[in-house]
Amino acid sequence: MSEETSTADLRAQMPGAWARFRKSYLLYSFKRDPVAQLCLLIFIIITIAAFGAPWWAPTDPYDLTGIDIMNSELPPMWLDGGDAAFPLGTDAQGRDLLSTILYGTRVSLLIGFGAVAMQCVLGILFGLLAGYFGGIIDATLMRLADIQLSFSTLMVAILVGAIVKASFGNLMFGQVALILLILIIGIAEWPQIARTVRASVLAERSKEYVDAARVMGFRAPRIMFRHLLPNTLSPIFVIATVQIANAIISEAALSFLGLGMPETQPSLGSLIKSGFDYIQSGAWWITLIPGAVLVVLVLVINLLGDWLRDVMNPRLHKG
Amino acid sequence: MIPSEITQPTDQATTSPRHDPSTLLSIRGLRKRFNLSGNWLEQLHFSKGRLTRRQEYVHAINGVDLDVARGEALCVVGESGCGKSTVARTVMGLISPSEGEIHFDGTRIDQLSAHALLPWRRRMQMIFQNPYASLNPRMTINRILEEPITFHNPSLNRGDVQDKVQEVMSSVGIDPEWGGRFAHEFSGGQRQRISIARALAVDPEFIVADEPISALDVSIQAQVLNLMRDAQQARGLTYLFITHDLAVVEHFATRVAVMYLGTLCELAPRDTLFSTPRHPYTQALLSAIPRLSDGHPTPIRLTGEVPTPVNLPSGCVFHGRCPYATARCREDIPALKTYGDARVACHALEEGRL
Repeated sequence: MSEETSTADLRAQMPGAWARFRKSYLLYSFKRDPVAQLCLLIFIIITIAAFGAPWWAPTDPYDLTGIDIMNSELPPMWLDGGDAAFPLGTDAQGRDLLSTILYGTRVSLLIGFGAVAMQCVLGILFGLLAGYFGGIIDATLMRLADIQLSFSTLMVAILVGAIVKASFGNLMFGQVALILLILIIGIAEWPQIARTVRASVLAERSKEYVDAARVMGFRAPRIMFRHLLPNTLSPIFVIATVQIANAIISEAALSFLGLGMPETQPSLGSLIKSGFDYIQSGAWWITLIPGAVLVVLVLVINLLGDWLRDVMNPRLHKG
Repeated sequence: MIPSEITQPTDQATTSPRHDPSTLLSIRGLRKRFNLSGNWLEQLHFSKGRLTRRQEYVHAINGVDLDVARGEALCVVGESGCGKSTVARTVMGLISPSEGEIHFDGTRIDQLSAHALLPWRRRMQMIFQNPYASLNPRMTINRILEEPITFHNPSLNRGDVQDKVQEVMSSVGIDPEWGGRFAHEFSGGQRQRISIARALAVDPEFIVADEPISALDVSIQAQVLNLMRDAQQARGLTYLFITHDLAVVEHFATRVAVMYLGTLCELAPRDTLFSTPRHPYTQALLSAIPRLSDGHPTPIRLTGEVPTPVNLPSGCVFHGRCPYATARCREDIPALKTYGDARVACHALEEGRL
């Protein structure tokens, strides 16, 4: 660092976001936590494998012309009767299970992230409004949240899914299923985020920097999104991570009940369901392999969420 | 500093004050009640077979009239819970008054909408008590200082804003090179300097300081106080300074307002107040300052406790603890009357019993 600094040098010396991240407790604790490292590694591998599926999946399970029914229920290649062309075997329709799992994981992840993005948008907006304005707005939004939470996600999804399915028919339902699932899971679970945001906003808004912003004449949206929101982000991160895992499980459960993704574009849940009918006839791999992928994916996300919660809770800092 | 001027007594709260160009801020008949009763369901009480709705209020301010002259430092003193901070926050529009009027430079501001208030916002600023909470922990110092400047001067380009930030930072004794740091990287005194810089960034004329040094280390208090005084001289600022530290008052004030239980008991120039305190409460307050010199009268011991602001005493709020209280004090609320250059609200003084 030079002794004499002009304004331009000053800008250059200011610690950027990356430099701050490099010095942060987040990275420090990540480097010292092998479980978190392993989880992140597995999560990244699964994500890349799933989203890059069109490039490296052996076959395209959405392409019905590439499927031969004669290949159905082939076991994985290391078992008797296995075929090297289908490393994890095939499902009841003759689709390559590895490709189907890759595509299915992509669908599951899309729904998980999409639903949580939706929850965050609704939850942050309503939580900020309720916490910042208080009074009647708070009471209305929070009672709405209570009502929303008193229906379980599955119940809402079954209701909406059944109505849409009945009114649009199966074919149409298949086209909108992904978006519909994101909407259902997103809307059903927003109160989780909204309550967390509201609680932190209530704690933050009594601090004097909020008064200082009001004295400056800043309007409510600016105070909410630029002053309060950055100070409520850490609990949102933690909740959102856990909610991704929850959303993936909800989707799997819905698909298992037949109200999720259709057979033609299976998610992990609908794959498990489609194999369930054949588990008694010996074709266990159709259910168990996607099930194992689902368990690993959810476990890894939950462990990452746990780690984040420990890191971002200053009361748990050691030393 | 402009010598403070004693305004005409205005005992009716409803009349709009004649605008005196030397008065920057005038408060008329200010009252603030805080509702304690919660929502309407919690207000319902069942007693003697009847359902009644009961509401309780904390009477934080009970009719305060106050004028702040241009260029002065008016200190408001009083014990905890006497409503001095509520006065400050009401003046800044952080809470709306239940009754009364606030005029800034001849314009009534307490009823203006947030948008209409904007031009006044940059003319009046506030410094807060707790330097650890008054700076946004997620913003760098540069961003904290830039935001008000760009908000109130949208026409300035980035370079001008940077120059302004550097100027206010140097003026409060913070090295502009530290602008990229966060608030938690500074000490309490430095943070309070940054808070002052934020207030000065929009070039205000009037600053409300709500106990700005009470959270600081004693060795830092004088530094910050001197900084505020230097800023006053350099920029011609007017202060409404809330404090409970009489040493600070003696050092800083041009005039002093003494509050007790939400009312003003005495308003006097600093020297008059410290040499001849007139109100019995002021006398007791000043006698409590420890002195090294011998022969100082022993402190006046007040008996009892400060009454609760939920059920205000009738008459003079101080009558329960006042050694001079009579039947009249228990019934009539005393008005501020002029005695020399001081204004005091006391029946005993008016009747010549004191």
